[in-house]
Amino acid sequence: MKIPSIFLIFLLGLFTGCSDGLWSKKQGLTESDKAFEKLLIRQFIMAKPGDVIEIPEGTHYLSRSLTLNVDGVTIRGAGMDKSVLSFKHQIAGAEGLLVNASDFTMEDFAIEDSKGDAVKVNEAKNVIIRRIRTEWTNGPATKNGSYGLYPVQTENTLIEECVSIGASDAGIYVGQSKNVIVRKNHAEKNVAGIEVENTQGADVYDNVAINNTGGILVFNMPNLTLPGHSTRIYNNKVDANNHKNFGRKGTPVASIPAGSGIVINSNDKVEIFHNEITNNDTANIIVSSFYSTNYSEEAMDKSFDPYPEEIYIYGNHFEGGGASPDHLDMKAVKVALFGLNGRFPDILWDGYYNPEKVENGQMKLSDAICIDNGVAGIINLDAGNNFKNVTTDITPHQCHHNKLPPVQLAFLAGAG
Amino acid sequence: MRQFFLFVMIIWVGVGCSPQPKEVNTFLPDQYPEKLSDWGVLLHAHQRLSPNQQVEVYQLNSTLFTDYAHKLRTIWLPEQSQMGYQVDEAFDFPVGAVISKTFYYPKHKEYTKENWVFQKTFDEQADFSSHGFSLDLNQVHLVETRLLVKQQHGWDVIAYHWQKDQQDAYREIAGDSFQATLIDTNGKKESFVYVAPDQNQCAGCHAPNHSSKKIQPIGPKARHLNTLVHRAMGEENQLMRWQRMGLLKNLPLMEYIPKNADETRPNEFKLSHRARSYLDINCGHCHNPDGPADTSGLFLDNQPYPLLQIGFCKPPIAAGKGSGGHRFDIVPGNAQESILVYRMATTDPGEMMPELGRSLVHQEGLALVTEWINQLEGRCD
Repeated sequence: MKIPSIFLIFLLGLFTGCSDGLWSKKQGLTESDKAFEKLLIRQFIMAKPGDVIEIPEGTHYLSRSLTLNVDGVTIRGAGMDKSVLSFKHQIAGAEGLLVNASDFTMEDFAIEDSKGDAVKVNEAKNVIIRRIRTEWTNGPATKNGSYGLYPVQTENTLIEECVSIGASDAGIYVGQSKNVIVRKNHAEKNVAGIEVENTQGADVYDNVAINNTGGILVFNMPNLTLPGHSTRIYNNKVDANNHKNFGRKGTPVASIPAGSGIVINSNDKVEIFHNEITNNDTANIIVSSFYSTNYSEEAMDKSFDPYPEEIYIYGNHFEGGGASPDHLDMKAVKVALFGLNGRFPDILWDGYYNPEKVENGQMKLSDAICIDNGVAGIINLDAGNNFKNVTTDITPHQCHHNKLPPVQLAFLAGAG
Repeated sequence: MRQFFLFVMIIWVGVGCSPQPKEVNTFLPDQYPEKLSDWGVLLHAHQRLSPNQQVEVYQLNSTLFTDYAHKLRTIWLPEQSQMGYQVDEAFDFPVGAVISKTFYYPKHKEYTKENWVFQKTFDEQADFSSHGFSLDLNQVHLVETRLLVKQQHGWDVIAYHWQKDQQDAYREIAGDSFQATLIDTNGKKESFVYVAPDQNQCAGCHAPNHSSKKIQPIGPKARHLNTLVHRAMGEENQLMRWQRMGLLKNLPLMEYIPKNADETRPNEFKLSHRARSYLDINCGHCHNPDGPADTSGLFLDNQPYPLLQIGFCKPPIAAGKGSGGHRFDIVPGNAQESILVYRMATTDPGEMMPELGRSLVHQEGLALVTEWINQLEGRCD
């Protein structure tokens, strides 16, 4: 009876011929998770412009990152606490969700515990990120993914009503983009709450940044093609951003002192007004240069401008803060000038300015840090001269700049 | 009874395994077949997988690392058509062209159908029989065959996963993964999860221009193909062979053709050229001025950039925790303090580079880049 047994093997082959074999043997995922993952990935691949990909209620465990390459797609869940994509068991992919597509909307779901960034949108136009929660559920930790929401090289982007918790770099991080609105978001327990970097035209308002290392950051980094300028930060609540810095050394935000409310680094034309900035232990506002991040000129391309210029601070409500700065040298300066129980003024400037743009021995008025904020004071640390001429003289800052125009997102008009 | 079974078997064989086509078939985008065999690029018979006689097997100077998988690469062009030479970009392929890459592993003696144990070896030539590029399926385990097909609108990517019985490969757009073990010649074991990318992730490497997002082949570029190959007629330059066969047009004089270091002949090339060639094929498709990684300002393709843009004393932009605690991409003379080396040496998906295509560290590539950085001169302060 030799042949029948061979036949049986063939028959078996017939049924298992298209089965997975050892493929799909994944740790940590149940059969239904695996089926969901495959189905979802297929939806991302087969998506056509105009499609809505629904994330159903429940927590769905995924082992691999999701990638979207098709324009005009919406990804929609049932709510940031109801529809959860968990990457706790992720084995591959540098993000939770990677989007390389324009006219993109994501709303009403959560991405948890991705190994790298939760959401990265790379080179896209007309992007809406709305009511999304990104969170590392174990709380702040250096091993957490770097960025919560990370649109980079985008044009026309709206991020609103999102929640971002526990990123080891920035909770909401807009990089190398043009025309951005970041509003009504909540950023908590990240190294940087909200960060706008190398971006032209950003309005950051009605957000809450609380218990991050730094609340809201506006940075310029060297060796990139787009120098950032024109950011308005207003009507935000920036409170008690005193979390110990858990950023990995080498990443730019790792140099942010704990207790930083709003930080401007090497960026130009930044307007900070009508915010509530309170209880940030190093300083409520810090204005600084790339030089203060311990890099020399060798690290910068020749076109890079490391000096923050045309900064305009007015009408903010300050309370508390500045009494317990993070870095040793700043602690020493604080104690020397203001005593053990004293506090820094609300605005702290490292004192770097362009030596080629000087007027009467001072920074040119047209480039100056202008302050019109009642009794709020400034301290110039003169860090470039080893803290030699530290001063709290506000006179060079009693000036005004032209106000920046609001950011317009024309594509929203039709979208409603 | 016996005759009945025989009859059924023959019918089954006839239906289940359609006859091997002698011609390479082409399909329109909405008609891609479910089975790899329908393309006729690779022929499966008598426990061997052999390239169709009409396809050209090709080799690269340095290769993209994929968890120590071996690769069989083929090109097929429609009759009377030719590739057009390009100096830096992928060659200009005619519509209808089919490029295939089959990922496979040499089986270890511990290999069973239920427990995939592979040998960690490097000599792909040893996988082939004396008569051509035929793979003995008793000796190797087939994993995937990925096709790049040139259509009117550009390149399409189509992935086929080989089934456990190794009889054919079936189309899979959603990617997949499996557990396996590698054993090196010293008996050292390494378990890993092989991850096949999904169709969207293919563009992660194969769209070197992130604005146009057009899919491009990575290997078939002059500098990767400019190498000596052994064929029936002896040893010859691969590009000259193609010109001679009428597969390639507009080939300039050899002295004008760029050439990356051949990784199988390390002694013939300078260390810096070997390292840059390795970074070029493994990183340059993203890290170039138009690529998806241009957000980092770090460029690792073969162009003559200022040192800062290659990473010398360059601070990271958005490496996040991938900085590994280091301040610069490359610290001359100090590989251990260089982010580049850190990200090659980690397997954390949130930190490693490349971001896709590996679960293991490429120890030999890491050693090469480490050796190169350690002998560089200069300081970052």
